Amino acid sequence: MTVVLESRALSKRYGRRRALIDCTLSIPAGRVAGLVGPNGAGKTTLLNLAVGLLAPTSGTIEVLGGQPASSPEQLARVGFVAQDTPICAGLTVADHLKLGAKMNPRWGDGLARRRIGTVGLDPRQRAGKLSGGQRARLALTLAIAKRPEFLILDELVASLDPLARRQFLQGLMEAAVEHELSVLISSHLVADLERVCDYLIVLIESRVQLAGDVDGLLTAHRLLTGPRCDVSALPADWQVISASHTDRQSTLLVRTTSLVTDPGWAVDQISMEDLVLAYMSKAAMTPEVNRTLEVQR
Amino acid sequence: MIEFHLDGRSGVSPYLQLIQQVRQALRLGLLTEGDQLPTVKDVVARLAINPNTVLKAYRELEYEGLVAARPGVGTFVTKTLADESLAAHGELRTELEAWLARARRAGLDEESIEALILTTFRATTRATTKEAI
Repeated sequence: MTVVLESRALSKRYGRRRALIDCTLSIPAGRVAGLVGPNGAGKTTLLNLAVGLLAPTSGTIEVLGGQPASSPEQLARVGFVAQDTPICAGLTVADHLKLGAKMNPRWGDGLARRRIGTVGLDPRQRAGKLSGGQRARLALTLAIAKRPEFLILDELVASLDPLARRQFLQGLMEAAVEHELSVLISSHLVADLERVCDYLIVLIESRVQLAGDVDGLLTAHRLLTGPRCDVSALPADWQVISASHTDRQSTLLVRTTSLVTDPGWAVDQISMEDLVLAYMSKAAMTPEVNRTLEVQR
Repeated sequence: MIEFHLDGRSGVSPYLQLIQQVRQALRLGLLTEGDQLPTVKDVVARLAINPNTVLKAYRELEYEGLVAARPGVGTFVTKTLADESLAAHGELRTELEAWLARARRAGLDEESIEALILTTFRATTRATTKEAI
């Protein structure tokens, strides 16, 4: 298996509202992929389509080579933790493990108990009394103990305090190594994902704006500072993502595969957060008509 | 065994920070031949970073001949850096001190000197990278 998620022209409408438009993706296996974008961009819709909680309006999506939720085997291979960390408030931590064991054919009971111990959860505690961080750790434990090949997490991290967030990501990365998991995790906070992801998908206003290997994306984008220039006179293979000018100086974010050899430009690397923000402001400034053209091109 | 740490504000990628910390530990003699590097699982569980970042850093160190991976066991130091280049430090330092004195006599202040060193360093590094490509 080389691809964990493949979608072609995937679209979803809720009545008149288009929640996801023409989404074509191919996420390689063995990666931690980050799905980022502002609130309401369509991240949850895409993840719900991937786990089979929603059906596409048009287009196709395959997860681990099969249709989402098409069979018990398919269900067992994909782990999912929804946005609101679904747990049953009236049940204890131990009850959750029992429930997990009954409902999942590949359940690892020893694994679940060990994890509960290492993350410091009391088996007798009622889930309703757990803190946000503890709830997230319980939900992650349940998702990992089901022994999936592909784990999908929706906006889990953003609601946690900094320490709980870090502990959660530590546990997640450790599990990814130990169980050779592929992970897809969404967040509207890019800084959270900057260190953990090696594949990035930027979703803005229902469309995929950018997707690819993080290293590749960061090398392809360059921040250039130099004497004021005319944007239309720049090399043809420079795709200008953002440009700002003073009367003497221009600052550009360009996407290019060629080396910038002109010594007039000071070339700097860009961080993942700045890259995502640049695409977000670009999307906010581009009129809808142009954006469609650009996607087609 | 060394323990990695990451500086989020340095602007240096986590991958390079890991490599630099191993090289630094080798230069200072904190790591010597035969020592084990932390396992990938330990590093990601401590730093909450992507496992492939650690693998990539270890592969780069392996490519440089500083460490070797023993499948199923771990990654071990195969070379020490402590004495090799240290010998050259003295002479290089003297030359640099002479250059700095000249720069001051020419009227450059500390910030100008720093800027000149940094831009020259970047330009030559870029030129070498280009040659390598």
